[in-house]
Amino acid sequence: MLDDRLPLNVSDFLALSRQAKRQDLQHWLQRLGIEQLQRQSVHRLSGGEWQRVLLARALLNQPQLLVLDEPVQGVDVQGQMELYELIPTLRDELGCAVLMVSHDLHLVMAATDEVVCLNGHVCCSGHPDQVSIDPAYLSLFGRQPTMAPYTHHHDHAHCLDGHVEPVQVNGGQS
Amino acid sequence: MTLPWWSAALAAGILLAIMAGPLGSFVVWRRMAFFGDTLAHGALLGVTLGVLTDIDPLLALVLGCVVLALLLLPLQRSSRVSSDTLLGIVSHSTLALGMVALSLAEGIRVDMMGYLFGDLLAVGQRDVLWMALAALVVCALLAWQWRGLVAVTVSAELAAMDGYPAQRLNVLLVVLLALVVALAMKVVGILLVSALLIIPAATARSLASTPVQMALGAIVIGVFAVIAGLLASFYWDTPAGPGVVVAAASVFVVSLLRRPVAS
Repeated sequence: MLDDRLPLNVSDFLALSRQAKRQDLQHWLQRLGIEQLQRQSVHRLSGGEWQRVLLARALLNQPQLLVLDEPVQGVDVQGQMELYELIPTLRDELGCAVLMVSHDLHLVMAATDEVVCLNGHVCCSGHPDQVSIDPAYLSLFGRQPTMAPYTHHHDHAHCLDGHVEPVQVNGGQS
Repeated sequence: MTLPWWSAALAAGILLAIMAGPLGSFVVWRRMAFFGDTLAHGALLGVTLGVLTDIDPLLALVLGCVVLALLLLPLQRSSRVSSDTLLGIVSHSTLALGMVALSLAEGIRVDMMGYLFGDLLAVGQRDVLWMALAALVVCALLAWQWRGLVAVTVSAELAAMDGYPAQRLNVLLVVLLALVVALAMKVVGILLVSALLIIPAATARSLASTPVQMALGAIVIGVFAVIAGLLASFYWDTPAGPGVVVAAASVFVVSLLRRPVAS
C-alpha cells in the first residue's frame, strides 16, 4: 500500500504508467470492474480493490509475460475466487503467459497448466495432476488437515459496488 | 525609474517560493526533509571554499550543494550506517568544518549571522536575475519530467516496470533540490532552508487531492508567507527570513484545523 503523504486517486495512479492512453485506461478499468473507483484515493482501497488497480497498471503495458506474485494477498475469499477466475480470461484476451507465485495450493492446482513446486529447491514440476501424486509433493503437503473447519453456506454475494446478488445454494457449495 | 528598495527582496522571495513549492512537495512525499537540511548545512563548506579560492560566492554555494547532493545519493544506498545517521554526521561535520576553515582564513570577515539566518533585505538585483533564471530552469525541468518524477516517487518498483529511467530521475530531483537549497540560503539562511521547503508543502497536503494541486498550493502558501514576512519586517522591524518561516508555520497551524480532503 502507498503512503498517504502524496494525494493520488486511482485514475491518476494509472495515468502514471508511461504507456497509458485515456482509452486503454478506461478499457481496463471497465474490464476489471473498477470504474467506480476512478475518483477514489488510492489510500482508501481495500486489499482486493488495490490488487485490481495494480493488475490494471500492469496490463496497461500490454505484457507478453504477466508476473503475479501472490496476486490475492489481502483479498477476502470471495474476491480471491473472482480474481482467480479473471486471470485466465485476461490471459486469453491478451495472449500473454502468466507466471504466478502462490502459496494457495488448491487454487493453483486447479487453474494452472504447469506447476513448479519449490521448497528451497525445485522438488517437482509438471502438470498439476502429476505433481499432486509426486512423492516429493506428498511428503511436503500430503498430510491431511486435522482441524475440521466450519463451512458457511453463502446465499448471496456482493458486487464491487456493494449491491447484493443472489447466489443459488446447491449442496455444500458455498 | 528606480525600483523601490524592497522590490529585490520581494522578487527573490517570490521566485524562491515558486521553486520551493513543487520541490518541497517531493521532499515531503519522499521523506527527504533531513536530506534538504543536510545540504543546507553543508552549503557553509561551499561558502568557505568560495572565500578561500576566490570564486563567486553564489557560484561556490551552488556548486558546493550540488556536489554534496551527488555524493550523498550513492552513500545513502550503500552505507553501513543508516541513512538518518549518515545525514546527521555529514550535516554537522560539514557545518563545523566550514566554520573552522573560515576562522583559519586570515583577514577575511564573513557575516556568519547572514548565512545562518539569511538576509533577504541584502539581496541585490544580480541575485534576483540569477534566481529568475534558476526558477525558469527548475520549473521547466519539473514540468517536462513531472509524470516520471511522480511515478518514481509513488513507487520506484512500478516506475521501473513502466520503463522510467528511475536512477536519472532521482539524480535530477536531487540536483534541483541542491540548487534551490543553495539559493534559499540567501533568503532564509542555513538553519531555516528546509522550513521553506517543507512547511508550505505540508500545509498544502490537507487542501489538495492531486499531486499537481499540492505543488501549486505549496507555491501559493509560500508566496503568501514571503509577502507576510516582508510586511512584518517593514512594519514591525522583525528579521525578514525568520518572519517568512513564522508566517508559513502560522498557515500550517491553521490548516491543521481542517480535515484532510478525501479525494
